[in-house]
Amino acid sequence: MAQNIDLYDAILNGNAKMAHAATEAALAAGADPMGLIQESMVPAMDEVGRLFECEEYFVPELLLAGRAMKSAMELLKPLLSAAGQRMAVRIVIGTVKGDLHDIGKNIVASMLEGSGFEVIDLGTDVSPENFVAAVEERKPQVVCLSALLTVTMPAMKLTIDALKTAGLRTQVKVLVGGAPVNSQYAKEIGADGYSENASGAVGLVKNLVAEA
Amino acid sequence: MIVETARKFTSLAIPNQDQFLYGACPHPLNCGLGLTLGAGQVFPEVNFTLPPMSITRETWAEVKAHYEEMAAQILRRAVSLAVPGIVLEFELLPAMTDEPEWGAEITAILKRHLSAAHEKHKLLCALRVTPTDIRDQQKPPLLRTGEPWQRLRRSFELCAEAGADILSIESVGSKEVHDQALMFGDFPGIVFALGVLAPRDMTWLWSEIVSICAAHPGVIAGGDSACGFANTAMQLAHQRMLPEVLAAVVRAMSCVRSLAAFEQGALGPSKDCAYEGPVMKAITGMPISMEGKSAACAHFSPLGNIAAAMCDLWSNESVQNVRLLSGNAPEVFTEILAYDCRLMNAATAAGGALALRDWMTASDEWLSPQAAVLSPAATLRIASAIVAEETPYRQTVAAGRVAVDILKEGVVAGKLRLSRKEQQWLERIEASLDELPAEESALIAVLEEQYGGLYDKASYGL
Repeated sequence: MAQNIDLYDAILNGNAKMAHAATEAALAAGADPMGLIQESMVPAMDEVGRLFECEEYFVPELLLAGRAMKSAMELLKPLLSAAGQRMAVRIVIGTVKGDLHDIGKNIVASMLEGSGFEVIDLGTDVSPENFVAAVEERKPQVVCLSALLTVTMPAMKLTIDALKTAGLRTQVKVLVGGAPVNSQYAKEIGADGYSENASGAVGLVKNLVAEA
Repeated sequence: MIVETARKFTSLAIPNQDQFLYGACPHPLNCGLGLTLGAGQVFPEVNFTLPPMSITRETWAEVKAHYEEMAAQILRRAVSLAVPGIVLEFELLPAMTDEPEWGAEITAILKRHLSAAHEKHKLLCALRVTPTDIRDQQKPPLLRTGEPWQRLRRSFELCAEAGADILSIESVGSKEVHDQALMFGDFPGIVFALGVLAPRDMTWLWSEIVSICAAHPGVIAGGDSACGFANTAMQLAHQRMLPEVLAAVVRAMSCVRSLAAFEQGALGPSKDCAYEGPVMKAITGMPISMEGKSAACAHFSPLGNIAAAMCDLWSNESVQNVRLLSGNAPEVFTEILAYDCRLMNAATAAGGALALRDWMTASDEWLSPQAAVLSPAATLRIASAIVAEETPYRQTVAAGRVAVDILKEGVVAGKLRLSRKEQQWLERIEASLDELPAEESALIAVLEEQYGGLYDKASYGL
């Protein structure tokens, strides 16, 4: 299946309406939903990621591209479900208990979503029990924990410990991030990975999923 | 309920750039134990926090021990260095606002240490207490009702009773909209948050804080900070996630929501992380706290020197109680701040305050868009534009326009170097400003579909 240039450009330029229209037109012309994703949407997001890495794009362009991708996916998801297909990776993300900061977590969530992952955002001040419940119910492959305060860093360990106690730890990869966290702390608390920024988090998820 | 503005600033308290100095303001403030701010000297304001640890009933004794230790060590170092005065700032952590009695308990500990130092060493001092704005615990946040607001209000009251001299907050009203707009670079959304919603919350919230202070004689309503707005933008720009020029324009526009605290009766000092403070000072003539190079322990800023140019308190923002070679970090940063202030005060005594201010300005001014909008000249231009307009919305737009003008002039003059991408964003921001409706009602209507679901209208009197 050839690349759909209209869809590719719409995502690259962050135009959700055009992405939606291009997807509709492609489906009407008989395009394969998974083919549209693999040949047009994922390459467009890869290019968006490249432009961000070389500082041609800022986060707004990145998120607008993600929003355009999402608007196209809204048309494709029902078709994928009907065909027994689903998004490859599901991620649960949240800011840990005691911490109300969420802009960093929101950026990571949006960028992950824009990269084609299914993201379940639990919000802020999420208790270990709620993370455990989300893993049990939604069966994600990855859990992302965010904290901004030094005094809420321990809640990251408590969450990982709760996943262990519930017997769920081996089923998910756990990533941590936030201003006071570093890779050493991630290792100390038994996380699988750490990123100091949102784009790094996306790369980390891709790597971890590829390894799994 | 829409709260009426208590007082309106229609002219500048400091109209002359040469009178716009650090350590001095038209309305000095007596506070705490013998301290007067803005009467000629700059004093250190030391802010400190816990090392990584949980705050629970089980760890509470350990938490209190940390604050006992930090206060004792900070004041010991301050006395050793013969500081002419000092302010301690206690920023409550969320758990300490959720449990108002906890915040009050720490407040009492700190005040006990300050009182002892005042009695024993005649140290002039004051305690600023800053509860956490916990009103955004649910989506959309309920800002004027509900349990979080009740606990926040109780926290203010108990801390006032426990010995706070100055009450402050880093309020977050409209952040639920601003965060979203900022992330997507949606300029009308940013203006809506900063110029329509935030001033409404600030007006309401600060009328409450001022009334709490009025009920506790000697307790001063200090000021707020656009930390959750402009500092968020600044940090994201530093990480190359947002354009620097957008963050600089957000800074200028955030002045209007922070000014609302003073309009309701706040007397200063505004919060240390309120880099918009100089605009407050120019308009109100009241003292401000600032942070710069000596707050590198807490976060990056491109404003290390210029931030000090017009400060009355000089702060370290926040430092954890961890061990360094010469002592624990809070006392180490007390020493750093003490020497910063000593130099500024010595320059003033020698008649060199203006020269030092200009050197601090020149060293940063054109190296970043953030600094370019914070020079004394730029600050006065932004302040003048704000007081010339009637409504917060128009003031916000006017501040944004001036910031764009300042940045463009810097580029044309060859002083400010912007990448092609940054210049494109500056042009985009200017075009967005031109396209904004004249009245806020039109903007509210236009953005209803996009942002209406993110905020609670009653929380803003809408």
